Amino acid sequence: MRKCFISLFLLVSSLSVSPLSNADEPEEHFVKVADPYIEMHTGAGRGYPIFYVAARGEWVQLLYRKTDWFRVKTEDGKEGWVSAAQLSMTLNPSGQRVDIRDPNEKDFVVRDWEYGASIGDFEGLSVISFYGGYHFTENISNEIIISQASGTVSSKTVLSLLNIIHEPFPEWTVSPFFTLGTGWIRTEPKSTLAVTRDRTDQYANYGLGVRMHLTKRFLLRVEYKNYVIFTSRDDNEEIAEWKAGFGFFF
Amino acid sequence: MESRFRVFLLITAFALLASPALVPMASAADEKPAEKTEQKAGDNPVNEVIQQDPVIQPEVKRREVKQADVDTENFEIGVFAGLLSIEDFGTNPVYGVSLDYHVTEDLFIQGRLGYSEAGTTSFERLGGGVTLLGDREYIYYDVALGYNLLPGEAFITRNTTYNTSLYLIAGAGNTEFAGDNFFTIVWGGGYAVTASDWFALHMDFRDHMFDIDITGEDKTSHNLEASLNITFYF
Repeated sequence: MRKCFISLFLLVSSLSVSPLSNADEPEEHFVKVADPYIEMHTGAGRGYPIFYVAARGEWVQLLYRKTDWFRVKTEDGKEGWVSAAQLSMTLNPSGQRVDIRDPNEKDFVVRDWEYGASIGDFEGLSVISFYGGYHFTENISNEIIISQASGTVSSKTVLSLLNIIHEPFPEWTVSPFFTLGTGWIRTEPKSTLAVTRDRTDQYANYGLGVRMHLTKRFLLRVEYKNYVIFTSRDDNEEIAEWKAGFGFFF
Repeated sequence: MESRFRVFLLITAFALLASPALVPMASAADEKPAEKTEQKAGDNPVNEVIQQDPVIQPEVKRREVKQADVDTENFEIGVFAGLLSIEDFGTNPVYGVSLDYHVTEDLFIQGRLGYSEAGTTSFERLGGGVTLLGDREYIYYDVALGYNLLPGEAFITRNTTYNTSLYLIAGAGNTEFAGDNFFTIVWGGGYAVTASDWFALHMDFRDHMFDIDITGEDKTSHNLEASLNITFYF
């Protein structure tokens, strides 16, 4: 009798509040289909066949996400992949649209961490370079860079722990930046040449470049840097570097 | 105890909501609207319930489903082993680790770190005691952009189906060989079979190209690699 009464109350109250007050309440990451149906594919890709459709009103559990596809499980245990576009039409337990949003330009502007790789030319040598950066503000960041340049005569390893970057217009689609940095450069002559000693010198550089947000967490980056290497010889050595690459941000 | 308390609250709430006579008392200041409300409420008590703020908040906390809460499995880490044909230095075992980041269902970025050891050249074998290289380690790393060209399914048996993909990669890296560093272009392709939710098998074929002058002439060496890679999504 008591149960009856409670369920009666719940029935009434569920009209005014959320569907969560249903007796068999959904667990975490459950969403309710609000479109006439959603399509479940056998794989996380547009071409994989649709093997099941979950109808409006059905609850499905979100298991995990791979790129733009969500692995979902229906109440009767069927598992399949649903596109993010379709899933954004479902409702969460409080009756609102599920918030499926990919990182966009706004997130790009306020990003904290950025990692990437680039290749290019280092005064005649081919260079591959990896970097990781932290943004203190929208405009100022510091990057740690490690580069390996190699050619027919020598190879150079460049390490920079201090590379301050100023980005005056972070909200621009193609956003320019200026950089000042210092670090060490290690030069190793090729072993097929007459034996000369390896040497490590300190350098300072300035540079400029542009960054462009491509899609989601992905960005493109092109830059030029001018190095002044403080050698133990009489003259300082100057080196120009061009690089292009990609990165992603978090 | 708690449930008894709950039942009491529920009964009270229900009684409050269901008795239309109590409603106009709340807005007794104006008689006309009160009459109207009474009439309306009398007609359809359910409607009245909807108009009210919920007297009792639902006990279950509302759980918002946000994108951030759902696990993403865009990274794939793997170990691989195979054969690397180092130009002029024979075919040798190679092994290493890989890390993939899937940007979209089509595009991914792949980083690889591999290790092999060069064999001997025919000159060294026939020359009797001549060694061309002191350092025979072959270590490479590279970053490549990958494209899932032909995603599909493989039907192993009547009831077993695995998702597969034929992909192409191209990128650049560095090879440390014979004590020197070489800027290396890498390109190739592979076939992946996603065996379960969390792991996949890859077959990879790649060409590592770099300029080398170790055998007395400047040339571009092609170092072909075939490997099997077991990867895990996380």
